[in-house]
Amino acid sequence: MRSSHAKETFARICFTLAAALSIVAVALICIFLFANGIPAMAEIGLPEFLLGHTWKPSGDEFGIFPMIIGSIYVTAGAIIIGVPTGILTAIFLSRFASSGVARLLRPGIELLAGIPSVVYGFFALMVIVPIIRTTLPGNGLSLLAAALILGIMILPTIITVSKNALDAVPKSYYESALALGATHERAVFRVMVPAAFSGIMAAVVLGIGRALGETMAVVMVAGNQPLIPESIFDGVRTLTANIVLEMGYAADLHREALIATGVVLFVFIMLISLLFAAIKKRGQNS
Amino acid sequence: MTSKLLKAATYAGAILSTLALVSIVGYILIQGVPHLTPSLFAWEYTSENVSLMPALISTLIMAALSLVMAVPVGVASAVYLVEYARPGSRFVRVVRVTTETLQGIPSIIYGLFGLLFFTTALGWGLSLLSGACTLAIMVLPVIMRTTEEALLAVPQSYRQGGFALGAGRVRTVFRCVLPSALPGILGGVLLALGRCVGEVAALLFTAGTVAQIPSFGTEGIFALFESCRTLAVHMYVLASEGLHLGETYATSVVLLVMVVVLNTLTNFAAKKLSKERR
Amino acid sequence: MPTMLSSRQTAASAATHAAPHAAVPTPATSAAGSSAAHSARAVTPHSAHIHPTSEPQLEVAKMRVEHLDLHYGSFHALKDVSVDFPKNQVTALIGPSGCGKSTLLKTLNRMNDLVDNCRIEGAITLDEDNIRHDLDVNDLRRRVGMVFQQPSPFPMSIYENVAFGPKTHGIKSRDELDAIVEQSLRDAAIWDEVKDRLKKSALGLSGGQQQRLCIARALAVHPEVLLLDESTSALDPISTAKIEELVIQLKDRYTVIMVTHNMLQAVRVSDKTAFFLMGEMIECEDTQTLFTNPTDKRTADYVAGRFG
Repeated sequence: MRSSHAKETFARICFTLAAALSIVAVALICIFLFANGIPAMAEIGLPEFLLGHTWKPSGDEFGIFPMIIGSIYVTAGAIIIGVPTGILTAIFLSRFASSGVARLLRPGIELLAGIPSVVYGFFALMVIVPIIRTTLPGNGLSLLAAALILGIMILPTIITVSKNALDAVPKSYYESALALGATHERAVFRVMVPAAFSGIMAAVVLGIGRALGETMAVVMVAGNQPLIPESIFDGVRTLTANIVLEMGYAADLHREALIATGVVLFVFIMLISLLFAAIKKRGQNS
Repeated sequence: MTSKLLKAATYAGAILSTLALVSIVGYILIQGVPHLTPSLFAWEYTSENVSLMPALISTLIMAALSLVMAVPVGVASAVYLVEYARPGSRFVRVVRVTTETLQGIPSIIYGLFGLLFFTTALGWGLSLLSGACTLAIMVLPVIMRTTEEALLAVPQSYRQGGFALGAGRVRTVFRCVLPSALPGILGGVLLALGRCVGEVAALLFTAGTVAQIPSFGTEGIFALFESCRTLAVHMYVLASEGLHLGETYATSVVLLVMVVVLNTLTNFAAKKLSKERR
Repeated sequence: MPTMLSSRQTAASAATHAAPHAAVPTPATSAAGSSAAHSARAVTPHSAHIHPTSEPQLEVAKMRVEHLDLHYGSFHALKDVSVDFPKNQVTALIGPSGCGKSTLLKTLNRMNDLVDNCRIEGAITLDEDNIRHDLDVNDLRRRVGMVFQQPSPFPMSIYENVAFGPKTHGIKSRDELDAIVEQSLRDAAIWDEVKDRLKKSALGLSGGQQQRLCIARALAVHPEVLLLDESTSALDPISTAKIEELVIQLKDRYTVIMVTHNMLQAVRVSDKTAFFLMGEMIECEDTQTLFTNPTDKRTADYVAGRFG
């Protein structure tokens, strides 16, 4: 009897410790990131770091403003391309596709979600960049190329999450709309889609998070000049690219400045997570 | 009229998505399959023959190692959250917030953290172990979430059945609850495996890019501290060198095949789960 | 240019006039202007003088079902059902669960179209038009409104819920919508409860209020027939009483067909009752007769509460 009690207690402790490990992980990540990044921000000066237009490690100039703008531009471009396509595809899959077509497309979307980002990046490098180079100004390695491939990469996230939201809309909404004489299209676009709105917004926010955090595909096609782009055909460097490009050889303040870049990215992602949580909460309330 | 336009718009969206998928997969296959030569799978990597075999084997070792760490912890945390914790307690809420945080963190941040903590602070250097630990933290929330969902889907009657027979909580969990949640957990593990296989940013500065199989044969356990490159990293290095395009295409084909196999297995697990529920 | 809604309205009432034995009041046909469409609904007196004896025998069937057979896959859900639904009367469909009464109701506005492998034979007419061959399905559903068992307001404001139908059928003018919304909510006896919070979400209403809102929403497209599918079964007794009272008022202007589990409700509200059992219509009589003096033994057993 006593031994079984001991066993129960032991198991409870093990399970609790395991659950606590994720807290430890987040704490460690925060501590190491901030402990290494914040001193650099202090040394460079926060305004100079965040708003400085020049990134020149050899001259001890560490302004990441172009990278912040670059990340925002690239993400915005991905959203412009990926969100309408993704939402329309989700509506199609949820409410228009025959069951056969839907069965065919579902594994396709899963495959799109599973393709590693290097493969996306390589495809963009070999196909999208040459097309831009030959038909449009610039050398192809550009904001446009990065936005295009990111737009494709966020498709599966947008499609899956929006489709789940649409599928979760009660059938009675649809039937009530039809019973009032609405066509299928009107019932879907005027009743189902608004009812799924918070879920669809959650999909968009997840897509923003994914685009903002994506590294490898962007590095391969964005050109990576640490300058604010003047057109979509110019090269651009994102926060993620800044880290991955120079971390390999950086030392001292340069290295710490890169970690501080990571801190900025981390803060951006946290803000987006908060936004996501707020949207989810609103969705549950209504 | 608007009806027709709206309908056409959804069709256009679906066609665009399909086009993106077909062109990527089709292009990679057409360019890559002809380069799938036997020499690509040679045991040794040399600068003339950029064999993907060492990277392939390193990938398997790396993924296995990180799953060995992440799966028990992830499953145990999920068991705690579903079977033990008082729902809504402060601790549970904190765990949930941190899990969601972990899930949102981009892989480059994991890479930075791995570099600072495992590689530098713990002094493991660019190594298999640093990489595997970094990946383990990265996939932990995936396993936790899928396991939690699988556990929540287990009918309450299974638990009551266990308790009614006088089994303790541990025995009920291991004998009645976990087995029936197994396909769901397996789905999570496969999802995590997929992320390990495709990851680059988190590994560049933790596991490094040495194209050799860790020498467990001669070094034993110390091979854990050798640097190695996974298949995705291998592909990134090849693509940025730009010298071996054919091999790069072929490597993407191998990566694609791995993704397809993993997806198929996941679907199979999900199907098995829903069949048992019926 | 009259709106789509009002022009159909006029055409429909004209057709009723042209029909033989128009023994029941019809809306004035002079209503042509778009805003007049609504007020026309409220005008009912003249024809009563023209045909002073509105004998039940002379009643006009607003909807008529003839030899209807319906299969769900291999399941024979309705067997050779023929029944008339008289204009401006309340017809109740009663019977045990699974007897086909709800199926019949859903066939009347073709909601069964949504069910895969549902096969229908026989004829259903609305004002002599076959609903499957002569009418556009969306127009049919406008003319034959439906209120479901569970209150199903859209997740929008109260106003938007009621305005959805009229907007669907092409009414855009704000004033006109305002008028329709107010009148529909008044007709559904819920105006006083919601007039101060029209912009608030409909999901915040109580179940009974939601159901009356759904009735208002159905009335807003000016249907000719109103189908109620056990519309009070999810509600408390007070809300149920309010809706029953409402239905009795509505029959002056609409033809009402209701499915109910509650036999007392059928007695209280309906003029005519049809009893269904296992897909067959056993008996259809005026309510008084069916409950006090049924012809068929099975009907007698059911209304006496011996099964069901």
